[in-house]
Amino acid sequence: MNVHQISVFLENRAGQLAEIAAVLAENHVDLRAISIAETADYGVLRMIVEDAEKATAILRDHGYIFSMTPVTVIAVPDQPGALSLVLTLLAQAQIDIEYMYSLFTHMDGKAYMVFRISDEEKFIAKLAEHGVHAVSKEELGLK
Amino acid sequence: MANYYQPEIETASREQMLSLQNERLVKQVQHVWDNVPYYRQKMEEKGLTPDDIKGVADLHKLPFLTKTDLRDAYPYGLLGAPLADCVRIHSTSGTTGRRVVAFYTQHDVDLWEDCCARAITAAGGTREDVVQVAYGYGLFTGGFGVHGGAGKVGCLALPMSSGNTDRQLQFMTDLESTILCCTPSYAEYLAEAIEEQGLRDKIKLKAGIFGAEAWSEEMRRDIEIKLGIKAYDIYGLTETTGPGVAYECCEQTGMHINEDHFLPEIIDPDTGEVLPEGEKGELVFTALTKQAFPLLRYRTRDICVLTRKKCSCGRTLIKMSKPMGRSDDMLIVKGVNVFPSQIETVLLEQGYPANYQIIVDRVNHSDKLEVLVEMPPDKFSDSLADIAEQEKNLVEELKNMLGIYARVKIVSPKSIIRSEGKAVRVIDKRKI
Repeated sequence: MNVHQISVFLENRAGQLAEIAAVLAENHVDLRAISIAETADYGVLRMIVEDAEKATAILRDHGYIFSMTPVTVIAVPDQPGALSLVLTLLAQAQIDIEYMYSLFTHMDGKAYMVFRISDEEKFIAKLAEHGVHAVSKEELGLK
Repeated sequence: MANYYQPEIETASREQMLSLQNERLVKQVQHVWDNVPYYRQKMEEKGLTPDDIKGVADLHKLPFLTKTDLRDAYPYGLLGAPLADCVRIHSTSGTTGRRVVAFYTQHDVDLWEDCCARAITAAGGTREDVVQVAYGYGLFTGGFGVHGGAGKVGCLALPMSSGNTDRQLQFMTDLESTILCCTPSYAEYLAEAIEEQGLRDKIKLKAGIFGAEAWSEEMRRDIEIKLGIKAYDIYGLTETTGPGVAYECCEQTGMHINEDHFLPEIIDPDTGEVLPEGEKGELVFTALTKQAFPLLRYRTRDICVLTRKKCSCGRTLIKMSKPMGRSDDMLIVKGVNVFPSQIETVLLEQGYPANYQIIVDRVNHSDKLEVLVEMPPDKFSDSLADIAEQEKNLVEELKNMLGIYARVKIVSPKSIIRSEGKAVRVIDKRKI
C-alpha cells in the first residue's frame, strides 16, 4: 500500500528524543505512531505522521538524517487474540517480520498495526485470504 | 654498585666517545652516500659531499630525514645494505597509512641487542635473572629487542609477548621471574591483578624495564610500591632501531643514550637550528653504526632535553629527559603510533565526513581509542543491522590501518563541534 514511515537517526544520549519531540511539537506535526529501535550508541526513531511532506521538510531544516520507508498498515479487530491470529498466519507462511508497532488510532472497533516485512506482496495476499486487509493512507486520514 | 655491560663504552671519557663518534660518523656518511641514493640526492641538493663531514662538528650541515621521507622512500628507498644481507624487518605505522619498514642486517641486530643488554644490566640484570618479556613479539620492536638483549646478558628469557594476564602471572610465579619488561600501563595492570589475586608473596620480581609509552613519576612510584621493584624507563623507536636507544640507570633521572650508536641532537622544531645542551627541543638521531637502515639526522618529533651532567652511576653517556611531548600530532596508544591523518584517510575512503573526533582514555590501565564519526545522510539506513554492519566495516578498516582496535561511535550529523580555527580532533583524557 502507500503508507510511508519516517525513520530518523538519533544518537543515543540524554535529551535527543526530547529535542526532536520539541521540534515536532513546535511545528504542530501530528504523530500517529512512534517506535524506537536502539543500540548502546544510536537509535532509529520510526514514526508515522499525518503530513509526511511537512514533517520531512522540518526535519531537513533541523539537520536530522532520515529516510522514508514503505510499510504496511493493517487493521485488526480491537480485541484480545486478534494480533496473535495475524502473527500465526505469518509464521505459517514463513514471512519474516523486520519490525512492527502499533498506531495510536483506533476506529470502528479496529486497531492498526504497522509492519515492515521482507515480502510485502506475499504478506498482503496471505492476509487477504483470511479477510484481513492492508489500509491505505487515505483511510487513515494521512496526507 | 654500578653494573655495566660494555664499561669501555658506557664509562668512556668524553674525548674517547667523541673520537669514536667522529670516526663512525665519517664512515657512516660515506656508507650512506655510496648506498642510499635517496639521501645522496638530498646531500647533493645542499651541495654536500662526504668530504664536507669531517666529524660531529659538521653534523648540522647534513639534511634531516622525517617520517615523510620514510613514506616517500617506502619500502626500499632508504635501504643501505643489499637485501640479501638483511635478516629482519620491524615496522611501525606511518603518517598516512603507509607503514614504516625498518631493515636489519645481522650486524644491526647484534648491536641493537647490545644496546638492550646495557639497559638490562643497568637495571641490575645478570645471567642469574629470569626476564619476563611481555612486550609484543612481531613487527613491533619491543619483544624481540629486549629478548635479544636478555640473551646477550645470559638471562633466561620468557618470551611471553603481550596480554594473557593469567598466563603471565602463572609464569611469573612458577618460574620466579625477576625482571619484567612491558609497557608501564601493562605493568600497572599486572600489579593490580597480583594484588587482587593475593600473589604478592609469590612473586620474585626485583626490577622492571618499561617503555613504549609515556608514564609519569607518580606512575613509576605506584608500580614500584605495588610490585616491590625498581622501575626503569627505556626509550627507542623503530626508525632508529627499537628499544635500547636510551635507558635508565639506578639514578632514575633520565635515560642514557647509547651515543656510540645513536648520535643525538636537539633542534628547534620550527627552524631546524641545533640548540645548545640543556635546552628543550626536538630530538634528532643519527645512526652511526647501522648498515641496513642508516638514517642520518632523523627527526623523532619527541620533545626533550639533553644533559651531560655527571651521573652517580658512573656512566658518561649523555642523558635525555623523558619525552615531554611531540612536535607533531602523533599519539601513542597501547604503545602503537597513531596519527589522526591515518584515521582520516580511512574515514574518507569509507565515505564518512572528515569531521571526526578521536578520544583516547586510559581505563583500568589500558589505553582505549574511540573514534566519533558523523552519520552521513547517504549511509543512513532504517535497519539497525545495516548500521551495525557499516560500523563493523569501519572498525575493521581502522584496525587494518592502525594495527589496534578503535571503538567506532556513530553520532548525529553536525554534532561534532566545528571550531572556527583548528578543529579539536583529538581529546586525550589520559592522566599520565
